[in-house]
Amino acid sequence: MIIKETYPVKADDMTCAGDVSARIKRHMKRLGIPSSIMRRVSVCTYEAEINLVIHSDGGQIDFEISEDRILVRARDVGPGIPDIDKAMTEGWSTASNEVRNMGFGAGMGLPNMKRNADDFHISSVVGEGTDISMIFNI
Amino acid sequence: MQEIYYHSVRLDKDKCKGCTTCLKRCPTEAIRIRNNKATILPERCIDCGECIKVCESHAKVAVTDPLDSIRRFKYPIALPAPTLYAQFQGVHQPEPIIASLFRLGFVDVFEVARGAEIVSYAISRAMREEDRPKPVISSACPAIVRLIQVNFPALLDNVIDFVSPMEAAAKIAKEEYAQKHGVDIADVGAFFITPCAAKMTAVRSPAGLEKSYVDGVIAIKDVYTQMRVFLKEGFTPLEIDRASVVGIKWAVPGGEAEAVGIKSALCVDGIENVMNVLEAIENARFRNLTYFEGLACVNGCLGGPLTVENSFVAKNRLRSVMNRTTLKTVQRREVFEDAVHTLRLTKEIEPSDAMQLVGTMKERIEREERIERLTQGLPGYDCGSCGSPTCRALAEDIENGFANELNCVFRLNDRINSLAAEMVTLGASTRFNTPQDTARLREMQEKLRSDDEEGDEQ
Repeated sequence: MIIKETYPVKADDMTCAGDVSARIKRHMKRLGIPSSIMRRVSVCTYEAEINLVIHSDGGQIDFEISEDRILVRARDVGPGIPDIDKAMTEGWSTASNEVRNMGFGAGMGLPNMKRNADDFHISSVVGEGTDISMIFNI
Repeated sequence: MQEIYYHSVRLDKDKCKGCTTCLKRCPTEAIRIRNNKATILPERCIDCGECIKVCESHAKVAVTDPLDSIRRFKYPIALPAPTLYAQFQGVHQPEPIIASLFRLGFVDVFEVARGAEIVSYAISRAMREEDRPKPVISSACPAIVRLIQVNFPALLDNVIDFVSPMEAAAKIAKEEYAQKHGVDIADVGAFFITPCAAKMTAVRSPAGLEKSYVDGVIAIKDVYTQMRVFLKEGFTPLEIDRASVVGIKWAVPGGEAEAVGIKSALCVDGIENVMNVLEAIENARFRNLTYFEGLACVNGCLGGPLTVENSFVAKNRLRSVMNRTTLKTVQRREVFEDAVHTLRLTKEIEPSDAMQLVGTMKERIEREERIERLTQGLPGYDCGSCGSPTCRALAEDIENGFANELNCVFRLNDRINSLAAEMVTLGASTRFNTPQDTARLREMQEKLRSDDEEGDEQ
């Protein structure tokens, strides 16, 4: 048995930013996912969602939960990341001042996701988009 | 399974008219309307008192101890919440208020504001411990502690592991009184004069303590009128240790963080607002935040459901009380050092499984799947007419066997329409015989069908 859901994420829509992570969190709370795992998934999903809103032209988040693992996949259409190694460095960000003023774009997103996920995979094509998969073992 | 908590918030069945006001406002979806009356799901209720505040029929009540109950003890001591100092028009200092507590029958008064001073000191010391998960979350508002247990279990490690000012005051008051007067501590009772229902629950089923130090909880509104009479009669000056501004300011939102001396603190009042911020904290949204003070009521304790004065007026009055209080810094700091060690919580604050589905992980996933599908089949208006707060909650109730799909008025309507169509067909097959009748029947069926489709589109 597996729960699979796909949520679209709109670009630049800060009013909806956080909705997807909130819905995923509600699922996890009802399923009684251990707090430590839930927290890590929440942090990663939220970061991924904000990334789609801020940096992409829109995309989707797939969420899958089975007895032994949780998968979160964030795919977008957008500029892509030219240098992934650089983007994975803490503090490195291409976010605009406007976004930074809102408290985002500190360059912590990707490294944070990698740190919190049990398995993290990122691929990106410049001019096409980015695809991030994260697995959390239950 | 968890033991069932004691609850202060109750329903007065006779007054309840079965409307959806409390249903829609309950932050933990703990209310259902069944058989035209509200019922409270005990494992979900956090005793925040939102329902008490919104119920126009006054059908939601808080059970607290009557003033008479102080007679159970030879030496009853009053522990006034600083909120009490803001309740009386024209009274801008605590002293006459404290004096009138003696006249209610208490042998001594120990200000909870003094407990707050000691707790402030203990917290500021504990904040220096390096490995504490940030932000540290205040444990002063018992409804918020319950909310975290029920809804944000991942944040329980952040909750400060010190007792609330009320508990600190009760403990020290009883010990000091017994020692000073050479009496048995068992004969000394500590009675909290409370602005809220959640404190009553916190005393009966304390979180993080085996047993509360408080022996009784009396609502501000229950002593208000009598105290007002005493206040008009004047008072004789008192000779007791008094709280300073540092402790009194805990009654005002933000006062706690100020008293503890933390700059990067966030104070949020109103339970919906608190939930939004806890959600954000769970997402690690505020990286530089070191302290979070969440208060269930708008204007904090001043807005408690058992207070009398309008909370905005009370806030102004308390400012004026603080301005006139000559003690600006804490007194008798020597008691603090001991207290710091004895005021830690004695057990962990347990997460609650009230929001969780039951069964093994496999079963829970199956249930969640079915609930999702059931939710898809409901209209999504979240109107509450079925007696559950949202369509999703109704789906959960159906899955748990407490409701069925026809509790939804829109589903019921659809069902009635389809039954009506069936009956027309049935009637036709027995009564209608001529070709004209058959044509008319078709026409009616067509019409019903197209009405139905239109309905679906809406």
